[in-house]
Amino acid sequence: MELDELKELIALLKETDVTELQVEKEGTKVKIKREKILTSLEVSGHRPAPLREKIVAETEEEAQRLVTITSPIVGTFYRAPSPEAQPFIEVGARVNKGQVLCIVEAMKLMNEIESDTDGVVARILVENGQPVEYGEPLFLIEPV
Amino acid sequence: MKLFKKILIANRGEIAVRIIRACKELGIMTVAVYSDIDRDSLHVRLADESVCIGPATASQSYLNIPAILSAAEITDADAVHPGYGFLSENFHFAEACTTSGITFIGPTPENIRLGGDKAKARQTMKRKGVPIVSGSDGPVATEEIAAKVAKKMGFPVVLKASAGGGGHGMKIVAEEKDLEQAFYVAQREALTAFGNSEIYIEEYIPELRHIEVQIMADNKGNVIHLGERDCSIQRRHQKLIEESPSSISSTEKFKKRIGELGVKAARAIKYRNVGTVEFIVDPKGNIYFIEVNTRIQVEHPVTEAVTGIDIVKEQIKLASGFPLEYKQSQIRSSGHAIECRINAEDPERFIPSPGKITFLSMPGGPGVRVDAAIYNGYLIPSQYDSLIAKLVVHDKSRADAIMKMKRALDEFIIEGVKTTIPFHKRVMEDPDFVRGDFNTTFIEKLNNRIRENA
Repeated sequence: MELDELKELIALLKETDVTELQVEKEGTKVKIKREKILTSLEVSGHRPAPLREKIVAETEEEAQRLVTITSPIVGTFYRAPSPEAQPFIEVGARVNKGQVLCIVEAMKLMNEIESDTDGVVARILVENGQPVEYGEPLFLIEPV
Repeated sequence: MKLFKKILIANRGEIAVRIIRACKELGIMTVAVYSDIDRDSLHVRLADESVCIGPATASQSYLNIPAILSAAEITDADAVHPGYGFLSENFHFAEACTTSGITFIGPTPENIRLGGDKAKARQTMKRKGVPIVSGSDGPVATEEIAAKVAKKMGFPVVLKASAGGGGHGMKIVAEEKDLEQAFYVAQREALTAFGNSEIYIEEYIPELRHIEVQIMADNKGNVIHLGERDCSIQRRHQKLIEESPSSISSTEKFKKRIGELGVKAARAIKYRNVGTVEFIVDPKGNIYFIEVNTRIQVEHPVTEAVTGIDIVKEQIKLASGFPLEYKQSQIRSSGHAIECRINAEDPERFIPSPGKITFLSMPGGPGVRVDAAIYNGYLIPSQYDSLIAKLVVHDKSRADAIMKMKRALDEFIIEGVKTTIPFHKRVMEDPDFVRGDFNTTFIEKLNNRIRENA
């Protein structure tokens, strides 16, 4: 095995997520291993309970295609303008950019959350009355 | 009287971890808030619950009052601990908490308001018999008034911002001819930095010691002090090393006097909960009130080491309505403690050095404490301050504490970013520091010596 070939193998290891490489050529066996530095938090497996189970796109393909509407504020998610009223939208509804999809209430102030795109509501990711945080995915919209 | 059930920590980094630790020891549930780049922070990991409150920019996250109050609302927190910095001395935030039915863990909004108005605080102290540096009677409204006051006092004088703090907004004026320009610049800078252009004047004392007193008070007006801290090792008015007791507290008399002045100052403004009264001490040993810090401070571990009292736990208990557990006579200071603030900065030019920590090994052993929120592989963000760890040592004498600090600094390995550990090592070797013979000009003099020897 030539030095250049060894260097190529090492580069290959560095550029990918491969952690171990074993090569045999003309009677010479070479094993190259990456030392993984574990962050102490990975090892401990310690994670606080997330605010709630987060449901997002189910497939890679979906995630690429659909537009995610996220909450710009912390508060409580409501599907309708008031308890007695009809929800703003249902799954399958055709929406326009700027159209109100829901309310996020923070400190008694009702904030209207608008769609970023024209399209059809593919999925509603949060339940009525649930707390949401900044950046929380609320809807998946199929853009048209 | 019952302790809170759940506390939301409106802060990040090492102080958020500190507060979470105190809560856990008291059996109180914790809620961490974080900006989206702090998702993998230690304080988020350690809390029972966490809420993302905004993007990286502090004004939209850690300074975002509606977001924080909303997070408290959806998690049903019954109290908020603001830590230090951020909203800890924001009068509006303290009031908004009360209006929302959430207890603000700290002093009253009135205490915060007065603490934030340095000119008014001085006047109040003067009225109540706490010595202040000679200077203007409150703020000076115009350049003409400033000139008159300064001339009467005699130059040099220092112009300070009423709404300022941490050494910001200070202008030293050496001669009468420099006053006019300095006054207008000071006003403009104060307006930009603090939203308030009010200026007051103090006599300029060139070589002084910065010595502060830790205060604790309950809702019944009982006030005690936990001794003093010497914070004279500062660079551009930012503290780098603190210790207790002060090396000039060689007499019990000085210690007692400054402690009593601290209590007097706290009583003068009906202070509640935990705070610090800052004094300066001139070369003759005269003590002058400068300002009140209406929050828990970065360097509180130094006092915890020598008194054995957990100040954050006491703060939470006091905010819950419990009376002070200690009488002044029960407070004892034992041994000597020193804290070094480790910043992710170049140790010579102090330029911030954010980045990923590729290797971390923290010091340990007897009398060594590290308050930090860093871990192996942690990415230090550039958007927040550069303090990454506080190294605190405690031993039976100042000489022993310095030896211990040297030993601990040698063990502290942080790779991947630059840190000020080499700077602290240099200070621990410095003969003036070891002798206890220094004031707030120390770092400037040290840097000059280094430059000359280079």
